[in-house]
Amino acid sequence: MSELTARLDVMKTYKLFVGGKFPRSESGRVYEVTDSKGQWLANAPLGTRKDTRDAVLAARAAVKGWSGTTAYNRGQVLYRVAEMLQGRREQFAAEVATAENIGGKKALALVDQAIDRWVWYAGWTDKVAQIAGGANPVAGPFFNLSVPEPSGVIGIVAPQTGYGYSLLGLISVIAPVIATGNTVVVALAADAPLPALSLGEVLATSDLPGGVVNLISGRTADIAPTLASHQDVNGLDLTGAIAADGPGAAAALEASAADTLRRVLRPAVDPSALDWTVAPTTDRLLSFLETKTVWHPMGI
Amino acid sequence: MSTVAANAPGAAGGGLQDVAASEASLRRFLHGLPGVDAVGLEARAASLGTRSIKTTAKAYAIDLAISMIDLTTLEGADTVGKVRALCTKARNPDPSDPSAPRVAAICVYPDMVATAKAALEGTAIQVASVATAFPAGRAALPVKLADVADAVAAGADEIDMVIDRGAFLSGRYLSVFEEITAVKEACRRPDGTYAHLKVIFETGELQTYDNVRRASWLAMLAGADFIKTSTGKVAVNATPPVTLLMLEAVRDFKAQTGIQIGVKPAGGIKTTKDAMKYLVMVNETLGDDWLSPEWFRFGASSLLNDLLMQRQKLTTGRYSGPDYVTVD
Repeated sequence: MSELTARLDVMKTYKLFVGGKFPRSESGRVYEVTDSKGQWLANAPLGTRKDTRDAVLAARAAVKGWSGTTAYNRGQVLYRVAEMLQGRREQFAAEVATAENIGGKKALALVDQAIDRWVWYAGWTDKVAQIAGGANPVAGPFFNLSVPEPSGVIGIVAPQTGYGYSLLGLISVIAPVIATGNTVVVALAADAPLPALSLGEVLATSDLPGGVVNLISGRTADIAPTLASHQDVNGLDLTGAIAADGPGAAAALEASAADTLRRVLRPAVDPSALDWTVAPTTDRLLSFLETKTVWHPMGI
Repeated sequence: MSTVAANAPGAAGGGLQDVAASEASLRRFLHGLPGVDAVGLEARAASLGTRSIKTTAKAYAIDLAISMIDLTTLEGADTVGKVRALCTKARNPDPSDPSAPRVAAICVYPDMVATAKAALEGTAIQVASVATAFPAGRAALPVKLADVADAVAAGADEIDMVIDRGAFLSGRYLSVFEEITAVKEACRRPDGTYAHLKVIFETGELQTYDNVRRASWLAMLAGADFIKTSTGKVAVNATPPVTLLMLEAVRDFKAQTGIQIGVKPAGGIKTTKDAMKYLVMVNETLGDDWLSPEWFRFGASSLLNDLLMQRQKLTTGRYSGPDYVTVD
C-alpha cells in the first residue's frame, strides 16, 4: 500500500432499536448529531410517529413473555446485559464524553456507575414483591395476599439534562421499569442519542427478548405526544419532558395521557439540576406496578 | 344472494359452450390457456403493493374494506354463543362509533347457519356457509351435496364449496367440473332461486400458477358466482400474486363471455395495509365495477379489528389499541 494512502474510518450507521431488530426510520430520514462545539459526530435516524407506533406494537407483543418469566430469570437476563455493557465500556465512555462534553476519566466513571446501577436493578427483580406486596391481616379465615404486577407497555421520555443523563440517566429510567416485567418504548434525548443507540446493540446481544426495550431517536415533540396519546400504552414516564410549552411539554403530555387514565410519572421540578450519580431509591421500581389482591380460604 | 343463477352452468357464450363436452375437450381448453409469467406476475403484484393511500382515500378504503368482509369463524370449538357474538359484531362493528359500516356477511359451518340467520334477522348481512366437507373436501359426492342442501335449507345465502384438489391435480378436470355443477344445482332453493356459490381452490395446494389459472377458468365455466383462494386452514393462504392472477382470469372471462364473477381472497389477510393492497389490485386490474361487496370480499376474522383500530385513529387522531376492540 502506498505511504500516501490514508486509511478511511469506517463510519457507523446508527439505527433505531425496535422489536429486537435495527430498522432504519420508516421516514428514511436522519438528523445530524453534533458535540458541544458543533462538530458533526454521526447521523442518527429521525424517528417518526409511525416508528413509534411500530415500537408500541413490538412492546405490546413482548409483554406476555417478559412479564411471564420468573422474577429470578428476569434478574439473570438483566445481569447478562450488565456483562455485555462491561465488555464495551471504552466505547460507551467515548460516546458519553462527546455527548456530555466531559473528560475521558469522568465519562468512564459514569459508565461504570451505569453498569453498577444496572446490576443493582437486576438484583431487585425477585425482591420487589416483598416490599410492594405481602400477606394482609384480615378479619376472617382467609389468606389475603397482595402481589405487584407490571402495568404493561410504558412510554419513557428519556432524560435530556442532568449530570450523566446520556447513559447513566437513561439506564436509571429503563432498568427499574423492565425489572418489574414491563416493556418500554423510549423517546431518546434528541441531542445525545448515540450512547442510547449503542445500548440497543448491547441489549440485542444479551438474552433480553426482542421488544422489551425499544429505542426511538428523533424529535421529542414528535415522539413523546404519540406515546402520550397512544391508547395501548399503559404508563408514561415524563422525566425528559423539559420543553416549556408546545406538544412535547410535560403538561400537554400529561393532559393527553389522561384520556386513558394511565399512570404518569412527572419530571423533576428542576430537571437541569438533576445529578444522575446520586444513588436511586425504589421510587422508579414501584412507579409502574398494579397491585393484585387475592383472597383464599384458609385450611382448604 | 337470492337472485336466479346469473352464471348458469354451461351458459357461457363466447365460443365456450362446448368446452366441457368431454374430458378431452376440457383438458385441451385448460391446457391451451396461456402459461403464467411467474416473475412478471409477482413483480406486478409487488409493485401494486407499494401505493401510498392516505387521508380521505384511506378513510374511504377502510370503510369499503369493512363492508367487504366475510366475518369468519370456522373452528371446531365454535359455539352458538360465539356465532351470536360475531353476528352482533357484524351488525355493529364499532360500538363506540355507529358510523362504522356493517360487514358483508358472516361465514360459518353449516350447523351454525340457522343461529346466524336468526341473529342477523332484519339486516342485509348475508349468511355464508362453507360446505362440501370443508376444508379437505374428502367425502363422497352425495355426502357433499347433502351438506350443501342442508346449509341452503337452513337459510344460507351463500355457499363456499371446496374443489376436489386430488381430482384436479391428477388431471380429472371433468369430474371437478361436474362436481361444481352438481353443487350449483344443490344450491337451488324450492322457489327456484339459487344460493350464491363461491368456489374455493385452496391455491396453496395447487402447486403452480398455471394450475390456479386453469382452476379459475374451470370453476367459472362450471357456474361459480365467486372464486375464492383458500380455506384458511393450510400453511399458504391468499397471496397477492395468486389473487392478482384470479382477478385477471375474471377480467378475461368477462371480456369473452360478458359474465361478471366475484373474487374472494381468504386467509392470512390481517392488517389494514394488506387489505388496501388488495383493493389497489382490484382497482387496477378490474376497475370500479368490482369495488363493491357484491363482487369482492375478504375472508377474514382478525382483519376487522385492525381496520376498526385504524378507523379510530383517523377519527380521533390517536393510535388505538386492542383494548378498544372486541376479543373474538
